[in-house]
Amino acid sequence: MSGKPKLHYCNARGRMETIRWLLAAAGVEFEECFLETKDDLTKLQKDGSLMFQQVPMVEIDGMKMVQSRAIANYIATKYNLYGKDLKERALIDMYVEAIIDLNELLMTHTFQPADKKEQHLATIVDKATNRYFPVFEKVLKDHGQDFLVGNKFSRADVQLLETLLMAEECKSDILAKFPLLQSFKARISNIPSMKKFLQPGSQRKPPLQEKDIPKLMKIFH
Amino acid sequence: MAGKPKLHYTKGRGKMESIRWLLAAAGVEFEEEFIETKEDLEKLRNDGVLMFQQVPLVEIDGMKMVQSRAIANYIATKYNLYGKDLKERAWIDMYVEGTTDLMGMIMYLPFQPADTKEKNLALIIERATTRYFPVYEKALKDHGHDYLVGNKLSWADIHLLEAILMTEECKPDILSAFPLLQAFKGRISNIPTIKKFLQPGSQRKPPTDEKFVAVVRKIFNI
Repeated sequence: MSGKPKLHYCNARGRMETIRWLLAAAGVEFEECFLETKDDLTKLQKDGSLMFQQVPMVEIDGMKMVQSRAIANYIATKYNLYGKDLKERALIDMYVEAIIDLNELLMTHTFQPADKKEQHLATIVDKATNRYFPVFEKVLKDHGQDFLVGNKFSRADVQLLETLLMAEECKSDILAKFPLLQSFKARISNIPSMKKFLQPGSQRKPPLQEKDIPKLMKIFH
Repeated sequence: MAGKPKLHYTKGRGKMESIRWLLAAAGVEFEEEFIETKEDLEKLRNDGVLMFQQVPLVEIDGMKMVQSRAIANYIATKYNLYGKDLKERAWIDMYVEGTTDLMGMIMYLPFQPADTKEKNLALIIERATTRYFPVYEKALKDHGHDYLVGNKLSWADIHLLEAILMTEECKPDILSAFPLLQAFKGRISNIPTIKKFLQPGSQRKPPTDEKFVAVVRKIFNI
């Protein structure tokens, strides 16, 4: 029985991936317990381990934490990735919530029926390149610093990197018009804890493939 | 120019209502500027005041804050409604995310096609009574305190009251199996700032009806 956080989820990105990124960025080793079948989920529900009968669930510091935002907030605060004061936290929260919105859009792409996929990709590209990326490009341009908030590495940087990479998986040249985001991507990727997480063999999960969907559906439906 | 926070949103509840509740509970007076037409929203966008082209927007402490969770986090922290330490914040966050999920289901109900409404309403009632309310009933039972976290009024309590009242609008006797939540509802409703907010004429918004759904659809093009 180690003191390491223990993550309960399926062997996929979903709503746990950002938590994996945050722990990795903080240099915190963690264990994972994968749900493979509906019975695995039912067992956790019957154990009373899941406050609202849902995963993600992370065992950390004596708590069985649920709700991905609650877990992410806790980890970010504990490991000093949440700004130095209320005002910095406000900025980080604004950026992070928008990044989460874009992330959700990206995540749902694999689940789109074949006849809706092209339209959905167009929506993703439109939102990413017209609504979200310009904001972060401008933030970096205006202050000229390496990190989004407070001249210090925070969860905003981690979550933006996660989403930039995910967006590139949808369209490889999606950052073409955003030179500062391109250099941001390279810079944050080179932070030792991030570099390690980006290497093959890490606990980072691959993109969801259509063939994996039936198995996931069986667990949750 | 007052120092009061200024809220930009429609006249409906939507994603701004929880923020109105928080400010009201904290005893903070606020102003509201209502978006009534598509043009009102376009103007805000063209003015460059919406970071991601979306509302809610709250002008507060020199910032033009967007993203409802960011705004709520800020207000809760500023007015000491977010617990005394990291652990209490964790519990508050877990509870608030639960009530957010429940209220989210109710918020979208008027916008769903008529033939799915009955099914969705049944799901809301099922979730409320089997997934969400039991958790809060048990929390109150286990510690026997008046408030959900840390024996002190927090965002979790305000949010739960909002969720209870919203769910009762769906089914008036929905708390029948939850005696502690009934007492909780009575108790929190009686806190002076909240009591004031629950009175007619306050800035609390009514449930969304069909007429208002049409207005919202026009404004946001949905």
